[in-house]
Amino acid sequence: MSETSNANSFSIDGQRIPFTPGQTILQAALAAGVYIPHLCHHPDLKPHGSCKLCTVIVNGRNGSACTQMAMPGIEVENNSPTLNDRRRVLLQMLFVEGNHFCPGCEKSGNCQLQALAYDLEMLAPHFRHAYPVRPIDTTHPDVWLDLNRCIMCELCVRASRDIDGKNVFALAGRGVDSHIVVNSPSGRLGDSALSIDDAAVHVCPVGAIMVKRVGYAVPIGERQFDEQPISRQVDYLAARHIPIVPVAATEER
Amino acid sequence: MSVSAEISSLIEPILQRHAWRPDRLVQILREVQEAVDFISDETAAHLAEALKIPYAQVHSTRDFYAFFYRENRGRYRVLFSDNITDRMAGNQALFEHMAKRLKLERGKVSDDGLVSIDYCSCTGMCDQGPAILVNNRAITRMTLRRVDEICDLIRGQVPLDKWPAEFFRVDDNIRRADMLLGTPHEPGKAVRAAIARGRDGMLAEMKLSNLRGRGGAGFTTAVKWEACRNAPATPRYIVCNADEGEPGTFKDRVLLQSYAGRVFEGMVIAAWTVGASHGFLYLRGEYLYLLQPLEAYLAGMRAAGLLGRDIGGVAGFDFDIEIHLGAGAYICGEETALIESLEGKAGRPRVRPPFPVTSGYMGKPTVVNNVETLCKVTEIAINGGAWYEAIGTKQSTGTKILSVAGDCARPGLYEYAFGVRIAQVLEDCGAQEAIAVQVSGASGVCLSEREFGRRIAFEDVPTAGSFMIFGKQRDLFEVARNFAHFFAHESCGFCTPCRVGTVLMKEIMDKIAEGRGTQYEMNELLRLQQVLKPGSHCGLGQTAGNAVADTVQKFRPAYERRLAETDFVPAFDLDAALSRARELAGRDDAAAHLGEEA
Repeated sequence: MSETSNANSFSIDGQRIPFTPGQTILQAALAAGVYIPHLCHHPDLKPHGSCKLCTVIVNGRNGSACTQMAMPGIEVENNSPTLNDRRRVLLQMLFVEGNHFCPGCEKSGNCQLQALAYDLEMLAPHFRHAYPVRPIDTTHPDVWLDLNRCIMCELCVRASRDIDGKNVFALAGRGVDSHIVVNSPSGRLGDSALSIDDAAVHVCPVGAIMVKRVGYAVPIGERQFDEQPISRQVDYLAARHIPIVPVAATEER
Repeated sequence: MSVSAEISSLIEPILQRHAWRPDRLVQILREVQEAVDFISDETAAHLAEALKIPYAQVHSTRDFYAFFYRENRGRYRVLFSDNITDRMAGNQALFEHMAKRLKLERGKVSDDGLVSIDYCSCTGMCDQGPAILVNNRAITRMTLRRVDEICDLIRGQVPLDKWPAEFFRVDDNIRRADMLLGTPHEPGKAVRAAIARGRDGMLAEMKLSNLRGRGGAGFTTAVKWEACRNAPATPRYIVCNADEGEPGTFKDRVLLQSYAGRVFEGMVIAAWTVGASHGFLYLRGEYLYLLQPLEAYLAGMRAAGLLGRDIGGVAGFDFDIEIHLGAGAYICGEETALIESLEGKAGRPRVRPPFPVTSGYMGKPTVVNNVETLCKVTEIAINGGAWYEAIGTKQSTGTKILSVAGDCARPGLYEYAFGVRIAQVLEDCGAQEAIAVQVSGASGVCLSEREFGRRIAFEDVPTAGSFMIFGKQRDLFEVARNFAHFFAHESCGFCTPCRVGTVLMKEIMDKIAEGRGTQYEMNELLRLQQVLKPGSHCGLGQTAGNAVADTVQKFRPAYERRLAETDFVPAFDLDAALSRARELAGRDDAAAHLGEEA
């Protein structure tokens, strides 16, 4: 720690974090092995700042760690009861907004939303469930889309646009009626340019975009976030890259 | 899937006029809807192909704006402004009357596809409400009789252009004029004065004046201009934010209707100072009626050499202004959402920084100023910054226009030097029995009688101009509930706390209104506010819970008298939830219901 000077470091909860100019607070934190909860961030994509799980207090002001640049000497409050309380409420909001039934979901154990909820000890959804009626699209030969589980993080939108160069997905609607739409004349996934190798297919942090025919290839209990809480998997979060080959997709295809 | 030849022929000239530019998508959608009444998926696909953009992009933009319709809403689309001031003036009874006469359900089109009625957010006619929009054309001073007349005109399929002009009359209602509203306008004088001062000189006067933005945030205008001017990229842009959507405010409407010269000359002066070549007026869709007069005014300025090439005879000073219309989205008053909308997209606020002064419209340096701010610029150009700085208070210089509405004898515009006390405004407008004033709109602050000694100023009670008065007969719970519905409707949906939190807040307010709330719900409201305020992406979410939190604190009895006398009543109605099952089973006997005691 002695080689870290104030000019290229800042602090998170009193801990010194080195950074290189151009890094966001979240990037610097993950690189230093410090966990900040997040959902809409992915190392391969540009910062977005919509889920607000990573909201921290920077020199007394609230801000998203994923979009705010690391600056010399800033003091960041992250793992505090106040912020974790707020994060728990945000998770509850996401759970009641969609239809998330973990026990019956193939993503269970690999789902970041579920992992965060466990880690932040969200014991119940607390708020009244909205039980929205949302479509499922199974028209694509290799991929299915279940918008019941969508959390509007736009990772698929960004991956398709910025990595795949396809613009297969877009966020449409407004407010609570926001929803992902598929770019094809019919609006169906099967008529879109999406291919199974697309980054957009493998970036979904929840179970909204799923690869067909690989159900339960890895047993529940042996999945990414089953082994250890997400907060203890900082190296994984910092270094994962798309396309993430889903844990069992290789043997199938 | 394709559109009919008829629709295609109506769309073609619109696309041509906009040179098939995808960044004009919002404008194209507005005009297409005007021509063909709604934007079906087929029409959207046709537009996507013509503009060479993804289908999803057209859907994304279309579905974001409240005034764009995917399905047929009829040839006459009637929207009742549903601000609290419209409510207080009895808009709900008028709505019911029209629904009954036209045999319509809210949001549903009539069987013959002729007409639909619905509510919309505040249309900025609070001084002459209740107000409605018919195909986005504003009609004021609604009465039962006027509802009947409109029903007859619709049933008779009389074109909107042939409706009585009196319906569309919009009064200025200027009640107290000071330096802005009370000074005659001499076209070109301010622009010539600014040119005479030079670019540096004008900026220096702006700094001296300490003019702060009138949109509510109060950012120092000179700082904004200087940052834009120092940004290396070109071209630079000047945007006038006329998306006056804050419930209860209508000052920009009057400024654009009767003081447009000042607004536009303010833009020219801004362009002169920062070196911008292009300007936009982003006019809220509710003020469609102002479009033609404003276009005509711009044409006059071009003819007078105040716009276009070599303005004021200065070689190379080229600047012009075009008008873009919004389409029913309060969020587009947020400057980065407004810029997104100008670029033809859904109005979701950007991540800041970078700020628009360095990376705004099309990623270029952009100044976004409020209508009233730009008017003030002309005063500074003519009279100088030192003169201006002497008016108002030290931190809030100059005058401020208040849009006064609600329970008072004389609603309208009141212009005061900053520092005026709330009580003074109430006295001037004839509000004898006010118990509360909502200052700066739904996102502002609710002041109780104890606070009427406070002053309108950035350092005390800051305001974008809205000033809604509530008399002793009013129920402040219903005021806050109206605002809660407003925010849930207007949240853009980008960030979690605002998208979900505004809806949860609305539902809790409704539960209390139904008499099923308890102390638990009161606590929940404050708990949600503690997540919305610090955690939301932009000002909308950050302020969405203010009115609720203020009224819980200051008008607690209005809530408490509605609370059920138990610890908790579930929001979930088990018997109602079984209705679908009953329907499927074809049963409705007593045994298929859960009784109260169950």
